[in-house]
Amino acid sequence: MKEVWVFIEQEDGRIHPVSFELLGVGKRLADDLSGICVGILLGHQVSSLVDEVFSFGADKVYLIEHEVLSYYRHIPYAKALSFLAKKYGPEILLLGATPLGRDLAGGVATLLETGLTADVTELEIDKETGNLLMTRPAYGGNIMATIICPNHRPQMATVRPRIFPMPERKPGRRGELIVERVDLYEEEAGVRRIGFLPKEKTVNLEYAEVIVAGGKGLGGKEGFEKLRELARLLGGEIGASRLAVEAGWISYDHQVGQTGKTVRPKVYLAFGISGAIQHRAGMQNSDLIIAINSDPKAPIFNIADLGIIGDWKILCDALIEAIKRHKGN
Amino acid sequence: MLRILVSIKQVPDTTNIRINPETGTLIREGIPSITNPYDIIALSFACYLKNNYGGKITVITMGPPQAKSSLREAVEFGADRIILLTDRKFAGADTLATSYTLAEAIKYLQAEEGPFDLYLFGKQAIDGDTAQVGPGVAVRLQVPVITQTVKFETLDLEKRIIRVHRKSENGIEILEAKLPVLLTCDKGLAEPPFSPFPLILKAVKAEPEIFTADGPVNYQREKLGLRGSPTQVKKVYTPEVKKKGKIVDLSTTPLKKVVDEVIELLKSKGIL
Repeated sequence: MKEVWVFIEQEDGRIHPVSFELLGVGKRLADDLSGICVGILLGHQVSSLVDEVFSFGADKVYLIEHEVLSYYRHIPYAKALSFLAKKYGPEILLLGATPLGRDLAGGVATLLETGLTADVTELEIDKETGNLLMTRPAYGGNIMATIICPNHRPQMATVRPRIFPMPERKPGRRGELIVERVDLYEEEAGVRRIGFLPKEKTVNLEYAEVIVAGGKGLGGKEGFEKLRELARLLGGEIGASRLAVEAGWISYDHQVGQTGKTVRPKVYLAFGISGAIQHRAGMQNSDLIIAINSDPKAPIFNIADLGIIGDWKILCDALIEAIKRHKGN
Repeated sequence: MLRILVSIKQVPDTTNIRINPETGTLIREGIPSITNPYDIIALSFACYLKNNYGGKITVITMGPPQAKSSLREAVEFGADRIILLTDRKFAGADTLATSYTLAEAIKYLQAEEGPFDLYLFGKQAIDGDTAQVGPGVAVRLQVPVITQTVKFETLDLEKRIIRVHRKSENGIEILEAKLPVLLTCDKGLAEPPFSPFPLILKAVKAEPEIFTADGPVNYQREKLGLRGSPTQVKKVYTPEVKKKGKIVDLSTTPLKKVVDEVIELLKSKGIL
């Protein structure tokens, strides 16, 4: 039975949502291969998470628990994951393109001497060959490339959060649990964590339902103050284009696009964003895109559900007023 | 004395890339080549360490002969030895073949002049954005890796311990590693120094040592270039543009009408 593996990324006992998104994709790919979807869970005292992995679609879970895995370090995690892959020979191995997943994937692919495709945005099984078709943007999103790894297994790919939708959670769904052991030593980890500085204010852009985003057209820092008021009224987060971030108007945490975050909110409101392909790559999966720009030729209008040609400030002020009135009723 | 290896890559400036709309291929003419910006951070950090702790910087790059210009730039940052890995047989390498080619060259250099204490890579290259080569080389050299290094704290040369900050999903990890270690360098780690005039002069005339598939490194041919790459490009195309929606112009449509429409859309999505 062919196995499609999803690395379950957990830190401090919390599973990163991208792992669930990948279980959704993994299940689909496994069905196309008449195989099964498998979650790989590594950590220290994480067995309580197994049911959650089943509930999002895993048919089987391989679990390794070890004290050395209590927080992420490249060497022990790469050793444990490649040990499992060598033992069970998965067909496909998917990881989130997060700081942790990217760190781990490159090392594991090297240990397994197989191919790895980064930041994949589409995954399909080639019906003729059974190979995985991994499509990703290249050259800053200007072109798309479909990559295959025909002669090596597993076929490995990393996928950014929010590229694929969150699958339905089915509590009570069960699967097979296989507990494995691997010898790990603190000394071989090579790196020790001696402190942690949590993010001051977490910008939860990737999972926001509403994003109010600004670009160069805002003209300055003050523009974002206005957007903040609108975002607050809508219960949304602030997004920004690369140019606005590079101008120093807002921090990098807010950047949407190829070199920032990939988002898929219910509503994306773009104010003064021209919509270069690098920006569109990060937000084109939004359910509804409303864009305002004074330049009728702005490429953002090519993907907007509603494109408004005009002064962003006028619209923003009018919207704030209208929403306040609406909420007052 | 610190022995520092920096690996850099010359890349097309992707912010200026244009695509031929008819063929869907890259228009290469007129696209400037630059040294990958994250590699500039690695070079800057190497330079900072050399100036503060003393040391020797060796810089390698793999690429076509024109990548020489990036190595000359590295000399301005204080590189003492520059090496260009260039051969048609290296071409078409994916990240697995690239990490093999680089790691074998690094092993050769270590056999020749002793082990390095630090291996510095950019966080990722802006042409592929994979961030895979650094960890891949670390695995091949059997050294620990810290990716996305955003800040340097301390270096204890006696205990051979470096302390740095790494950007993770939920914050900043403060990490200690014993040398040797491989770091991938991210924004914030170091700023480019002002190059003293003698270095700029030296850079103009600098000629890199050339390593090819035939020597001096003893490569296994089947692990190089396209042949050594498990991944293959099956198809390249320009991304499809989502169908255009409705466009309204505030100079011809009353503001109230547009605002009402936006409000209705927000309601339809359950936001209001």
